[in-house]
Amino acid sequence: MKVRLRLFAWYAEAFGREEIPLELAEGASVADCLAAIRTEPAAARLPPSPLVAVNLRYARLETALREGDEVALIPPIAGG
Amino acid sequence: MSARMSDRPLEPAGLLAEVASSGCGGTVLFVGTVRSSPEDGGVAGIEYSAYPEMAEREFDRIVEEARERWPMARIALRHRLGYVPAGEASIAIAVAAPHRAEAYDASRYVIEETKKRVPVWKKEQLASGRSRWVEPARA
Repeated sequence: MKVRLRLFAWYAEAFGREEIPLELAEGASVADCLAAIRTEPAAARLPPSPLVAVNLRYARLETALREGDEVALIPPIAGG
Repeated sequence: MSARMSDRPLEPAGLLAEVASSGCGGTVLFVGTVRSSPEDGGVAGIEYSAYPEMAEREFDRIVEEARERWPMARIALRHRLGYVPAGEASIAIAVAAPHRAEAYDASRYVIEETKKRVPVWKKEQLASGRSRWVEPARA
């Protein structure tokens, strides 16, 4: 199934892009998205358990994904 | 539901007008401003970026939670995106309520939750010409 992984701030800078389309097995979780990008050198800039969101809501690494889901890796928040 | 992120200078007076109501005796306006931080070598401004679709949703959730706790409070807020020079406002939150206690409490709740949950990031543009991402401990 296809999911869209979105990156922001220094994560996007590290990976050199703001979006990574992924092809994952049925029943994959957010953790599987991370595993899919761990091979890139930029992944060393990610914490072991980054904040994640699925379809505009905070989620967990164990959160199961469905076709077309939008996953985001959220760097530590600094707004306001 | 009006969009809360804007790439233009904020207009706090407009937010006060949005929440004004004859039933409200107390109105609190919080304005967050970019500091020039001379102790850090000087900040010329901050580049704000966001995950805009999710930021709007988190703002919706925060305002809804505030309305559940303080049902009589009227809340309006704007967050600026893009480059904000030192001295200008990055966020403005207006809360009107029948009495000041609810207005203060709801205002505090909204800014504290915003800083914890809304996916926005800051890149300081230093006076030296360098830039650096802000880590939350210093936000």
